[in-house]
Amino acid sequence: MKVIDPHIHMASRTTDDYMALALGGIHTITEPSFWAGFDRRSADGFHDYFHHISVVEHARAARFGIKHYCWIGLNSKESENLQLAEDVLKIIPEYLDKPTALGLGEIGLNKNSRNELNVLERQLSIAAERGEMILIHTPHLEDKLKGTRMIMEMILNEPRLQPSRVLIDHAEEHTIGEIKDKGFWFGLTLYPNSKGSPERAVDAVEIFGSERICINSSADWSVSDPLATLKCANEMRRRGHTEDLINKIFYENPKAFLSQSPKFEAA
Amino acid sequence: MLQEKGPMQAKEALEKYFLDNRARMLEIASFLDRIDRYSGSPEAKEDFRYKSLMKALKIILESEDERTKKVQLFFSDLSSAPLEKVTDQKAYGAWKESSNEGD
Repeated sequence: MKVIDPHIHMASRTTDDYMALALGGIHTITEPSFWAGFDRRSADGFHDYFHHISVVEHARAARFGIKHYCWIGLNSKESENLQLAEDVLKIIPEYLDKPTALGLGEIGLNKNSRNELNVLERQLSIAAERGEMILIHTPHLEDKLKGTRMIMEMILNEPRLQPSRVLIDHAEEHTIGEIKDKGFWFGLTLYPNSKGSPERAVDAVEIFGSERICINSSADWSVSDPLATLKCANEMRRRGHTEDLINKIFYENPKAFLSQSPKFEAA
Repeated sequence: MLQEKGPMQAKEALEKYFLDNRARMLEIASFLDRIDRYSGSPEAKEDFRYKSLMKALKIILESEDERTKKVQLFFSDLSSAPLEKVTDQKAYGAWKESSNEGD
């Protein structure tokens, strides 16, 4: 089977992981910018990081026959430092111009603070001015519902942004309905033990239908699994879902969303 | 809400997932036993996360549908005003104010 993982942090993974992706049929991936596990001290760190995901990882993936794209943005955890945020916002357009960059992401909220909202609004303006696609990070756990609502309101208040070109990620049972009703794409993230499981992701497909849904591993430097999408596809198969539906969820849907960027081409 | 039922029968789902969930239930039971057993148990039981978990168990038992969504909503911050300043980046998984409801 062919799979596109629209959210995976390969800068934190090994070449063995690339090999496993290739052998498993995951031949197209997109890597959003995210938090490094610590707060960076200056915009120079972001220059290096954006170069890493837009150039270095693209080349590393190509050695395994994998097409690698990226999303550029300042994550919400580092948005509390407004001077740093200001400096990073200045360099974002340079990296959005890269042929591998599909848009702004993952941008969003973490604790739903005023500073986070301010920086998110600035990044949404960049996306609106440039006509960029957006990959949204929603807060985890108790902050998710409130943050998801705030983010959707901000996007819907910007008439130059179309919900159909925005994927709201890390959706769960209590946010999927509202996201879908407002016309956005939504992402379900699979975590080995802390949050969404393959079983619950397949439940969501059965309850909410197969339209505008993408499923991803969000594999990074923490406890995570780069092959989680394959395990979730297998859970669908175990329940008796058709190969056509499995292909739609794990290949055709992400391809349809990502192909809205003229830079994107699926393997 | 649109309900697209999966291709399995309910009895098949019971067959496939019973043992996994029996094990998860035993994990919860032993987690609660551990809190009972260790010193400082009364203080731990006053923690909003402990109270939330106990109330979530009640929601599961008393609900007849959409249990997952109801538990998710119960664990969520339902306010709408932005946080003035972040003093703690950590997420706790439960919302203090809802843990005290009904006390």
